[in-house]
Amino acid sequence: MAVGASSRPEVTSQTEVDITTQLRKHPRVGETLIEAFLFICGAVSILTTVGIVFVLAEESLLFFTSGEVSLTEFFTGTVWQPAIGQFGIWALMNATFTVTIIAMIVALPLGLAVAIYLSEYASLRVRSILKPILEVLAGIPTVVYGYFALTFMTPVLRNIFGDNVVQIYNTASAGIVIGILILPLVSSMAEDALSAVPGSLRQAAFGLGATKLETAVQVVLPAAVSGIAAAFIVAISRAIGETMVVAIAAGAGPKFTFNPFEAAETMTGHIVRISGGDLSYDSIDYNSIFAIGLVLFCITLVLNIISRYVVAHFREEYE
Amino acid sequence: MSTTGVPTSNGKYALELQDVHCYYGSFRAVKDVNLKLHDKKITAFIGPSGCGKSTVLRALNRMNDLIPGGRVEGRILLRGKNLYDQDVDPVEVRRRIGMVFQKPNPFPKSIFDNIAWGAKINGFKGNMKELVEQSLRSAALWDEVKDKLDQSGLGLSGGQQQRLCIARAIATQPEIILMDEPCSALDPIATLKIEDLMRELVKNYTIVIVTHNMQQAARASDYTAYYLMDRSDRAGELVEYGETDQLFTNPKDKRTEDYITGRFG
Repeated sequence: MAVGASSRPEVTSQTEVDITTQLRKHPRVGETLIEAFLFICGAVSILTTVGIVFVLAEESLLFFTSGEVSLTEFFTGTVWQPAIGQFGIWALMNATFTVTIIAMIVALPLGLAVAIYLSEYASLRVRSILKPILEVLAGIPTVVYGYFALTFMTPVLRNIFGDNVVQIYNTASAGIVIGILILPLVSSMAEDALSAVPGSLRQAAFGLGATKLETAVQVVLPAAVSGIAAAFIVAISRAIGETMVVAIAAGAGPKFTFNPFEAAETMTGHIVRISGGDLSYDSIDYNSIFAIGLVLFCITLVLNIISRYVVAHFREEYE
Repeated sequence: MSTTGVPTSNGKYALELQDVHCYYGSFRAVKDVNLKLHDKKITAFIGPSGCGKSTVLRALNRMNDLIPGGRVEGRILLRGKNLYDQDVDPVEVRRRIGMVFQKPNPFPKSIFDNIAWGAKINGFKGNMKELVEQSLRSAALWDEVKDKLDQSGLGLSGGQQQRLCIARAIATQPEIILMDEPCSALDPIATLKIEDLMRELVKNYTIVIVTHNMQQAARASDYTAYYLMDRSDRAGELVEYGETDQLFTNPKDKRTEDYITGRFG
């Protein structure tokens, strides 16, 4: 020990201070404040959600306990005419689903194709141009998309299928435009999933003599399938909840129809029209839009839960 | 075939490298390699990190094409045809020159599909079950996995995964198999199994292996090529190439001797 210590400088000044004092906890005020601030931020978002659910549930309860409508009628009826006491949500839900399905038919294949192109084919230069353009698409206000549907997409559809087939307000044009609107969401989430697939799998495929297409479609895509499925589900939620486009272009009157060229009102479109009009606050009409809101909330909640489940359980482990 | 016996070349060459230079962008990573790889023999590429041995290996089946800026000058001849000619499809090259990577990288598919996929994309039309069994047997893996062919290839141990990757490469019936440090992620027992397997496979295939492990090169290879980075321009170059026994016992170049005697590297 003496030999080892001789070569080192003496540390007398340090050793004079008691080790207990050296190691004593000291308060860090800044640390505590920041932690509290971050906690409050987190709590606010959770409390907001709780508040929304509470309001939705409370007003919906008034609606269902009013005696004017039974739960069975609400969930099975296909006529929505508050004036004559008809509250069948399928009149609205059907339009919502029509719009969503059309939007998905547009957004899923296109979004996936864009994602595969960006992640597997595009050179760095092309990517650096294409990605910002897609982000611009995501930044356009939805009201602009709404008028794009009404003043561009609808005339296009009427030109193709004929004025007597396609009504001025129709779910098809709203659906197509919502598909374009959620395209950046689908493509960017799907691209993240594809890019997360390790390069070693691509190398393995190329090393076996696979072409780019074989590698992308048969190796990378299956390995990213859970992330892509999650992207699709989030996109569906987004399409169901989209309001402005359908309010402008889909039609202003509940109608139970499977024809996408006819006008129909979606759940969100109905809520926005009714709440924009002059309704008294304690009327059954007013309460009904909360019930619709609650159903919408439940649908998107279930979709989000499914999406979380898909990500967690269908993840193809690749390492 | 014993590892100690001096291998004799049958006079045929699987690949000939003539004045090969490899670039990444403007950086020349490897310069002026001239080398003839003997048919149905194991050739080991050894050398310290950064000497370019993996780069040369990846040039042999045009894997460097996949790296942005990757470029090869010179000629690499497969039966007289330059693999870097304008009219050569790199996909066709890789179908004939298979590759096993440093880290086992089975596909997230079943063991069966891991083997079958490569054969399928290569247009294999025969009995797939037979091919899978035969490939797994060749890779000395059949007995360990025959009851769980439908399970994921990722459920296997590291050594088994690497043998699965070798089986996968064999299934496409290549002429040459390139191995880029195939044992660096494996324990010693798994490593020995791979080396035994290489001795079996070399009866039918030409094998080129990159290794950091000099004992492995000495044990398992017939020919050895020693690469070193030229300090003046940081480009890797081929210092010495010859029969493994000769290179390890009686190196001609002082730099080879320094390396194999452990004076550096």
